[in-house]
Amino acid sequence: MNTYVAKRLGLFIPTLLLVTIIVFSLMRLIPGDPAYLRLIGTDGDAEFTQEQLEALQAQLGTDKPLVQQYVLWVWDMLRGDMGLSMIHDTPIIDDIKDRLPITLELTVLSLLLATVIAVPLGVISAVMQDSPADYISRVVAIAGVAMPNFWLAILMIIVLVNLFGWLPPLGYADLWENPGKNLTQLIFPSIALGFYNMALIARVTRSSMLEVFREDYIRTARSKGLNERVVIIRHALKNASLPVLTISGWQIGRLLAGTVIIEKIFLVPGVGRLLIDSIFARDFTMIQAIVMMVATMVLLLNLVVDLMYGWVDPRIRYA
Amino acid sequence: MAVFRVEDVEERADALSLPAGLRPKRNLWQNLIKFSKDKPLGAFGGSVAVLLIVLAILAPLVATHNPETTNYRAVLATPSVDMLLGGDQLGRDVFSRLIYGTRISLLVGILSVLFGVTIGLAIGLVSGYFGGAVDLAVQRLMDAVMAFPALILALSIMAVMGASIVNVIIALAVVFIPGASRTIRSQALSIKETDYVLAARAIGVSDLRIMVRHMAPNLASTYIVLATISLGWAIVVEASLSFLGVGVPPNVATWGGMLTGATKYVETAWWVAVFPGLAIAIVVFAWNLLGDALRDVLDPKLRGST
Repeated sequence: MNTYVAKRLGLFIPTLLLVTIIVFSLMRLIPGDPAYLRLIGTDGDAEFTQEQLEALQAQLGTDKPLVQQYVLWVWDMLRGDMGLSMIHDTPIIDDIKDRLPITLELTVLSLLLATVIAVPLGVISAVMQDSPADYISRVVAIAGVAMPNFWLAILMIIVLVNLFGWLPPLGYADLWENPGKNLTQLIFPSIALGFYNMALIARVTRSSMLEVFREDYIRTARSKGLNERVVIIRHALKNASLPVLTISGWQIGRLLAGTVIIEKIFLVPGVGRLLIDSIFARDFTMIQAIVMMVATMVLLLNLVVDLMYGWVDPRIRYA
Repeated sequence: MAVFRVEDVEERADALSLPAGLRPKRNLWQNLIKFSKDKPLGAFGGSVAVLLIVLAILAPLVATHNPETTNYRAVLATPSVDMLLGGDQLGRDVFSRLIYGTRISLLVGILSVLFGVTIGLAIGLVSGYFGGAVDLAVQRLMDAVMAFPALILALSIMAVMGASIVNVIIALAVVFIPGASRTIRSQALSIKETDYVLAARAIGVSDLRIMVRHMAPNLASTYIVLATISLGWAIVVEASLSFLGVGVPPNVATWGGMLTGATKYVETAWWVAVFPGLAIAIVVFAWNLLGDALRDVLDPKLRGST
């Protein structure tokens, strides 16, 4: 187990370093010097002197060589300092602290909903293979993969408004202060966000269950007279859950990215909204920090999933 | 004299499990008939896909209005004989914009997938063929790019380069490179050990020639499957970017762009929001069906990896 962990960590650190290089170089592809862009303003006609430009360059550190800038940036990130917003001059970390919990709540809720609905759907589908129930859940799964989440969100709003004359309260109320309102606000965005994952998890659960049903130990369990429910849940589902776990882990990155769209439609003030607002405001330091944070989270989650996988299935550790 | 039908010969070949080289060759038409018999859903997806390509080419003939012409009398007009799917917030004909939107969706989707999967093929092939340090370095780089969720990567590239059709194609192509290169690499690793590659090496064929003339043609089916399966996804990501307003410039008719302002009119004009999304869902659904069927027929090994 220790060599497996060491090997997996040995892959994680160089990859993370490469990610920092990619983010840093991507943001240096912007035409024009950040200090110049900031002084000239959003309208592009503000006046300033050469001294002001040089002073700002010194303050932002953009007068130093690129390699030095990169090292400083990584060092600051390691200490938890994400720098200042280019537009508002406020510490980026403050905005992230305010908004990250909202996005995480949305992501976790949607993954939870997707799993709770999809796993029984996939199990029923596999147990009653080729029955009408199987066909319905397969069609739902295929449609779910094809429907873009922003359209699903808009459809949900249309149906709620026109058929029920009710719109879920948009925006965000704190989970601890007003849990009821918080849940009514986040439940619809979570469904729209997690629908694709629900479809995917249902598909994977179905095919994984069908595979496990062919195994010898299932026949043994049945032939020794175990109740079919026990066979399905204790023997089959437990073993079929490994691929499902992996898929769910991989999909978290997709969910995090999806919040950019869903938070915009439902006016949820999370990190996704912050990212798209920063893109329009051309707040490149903010974009850089958010993109770096998302990529790091994805890498960390992949690491955790891989380690869990190795822990659950001993065969992987020795592969 | 007995007359053999292609199917009978096929069945015999299956029963003897003959390799592809010893089987009777079928022409394109016979292939298509067999495909639609074995994979009706895939054939349905393929027909829809072909229909859409025809629609995109014939857009000026099919559209009933100019997609860019605004008409204040038709602002949020209800669907009628003149405006089949109603008018949008600027009084433009939703039906004609949908038809023209097919062009952008397919153009961006096909070009980005072509560039992305082709570059992925080249990288995967080189990485798998040479192995060692090259492979290790390339794979770490691909891992790093894959750490960015597709939409986030595309968004940051668009943020840096600015909204335009060419930039959307570049951004999406970059998104597809790592996944394609990984799949191709794993295939290249096994092809590298086949007798014909070993034989080519033994008689001193150059590395480049082995990769281009001997290995690449045998990766063709993988390439086709990858490209078909990626296309649906490319269309969704393009629509997402355009919906957010950072993809194709807003004055061009695109399905994603048509949905941008639609949330404001859900009570008065639901059709503005329903049809563009339906178009995306149908196209993606069709290409996914085709891609799944092609994968089962051409390259069953890929099942689960894409």
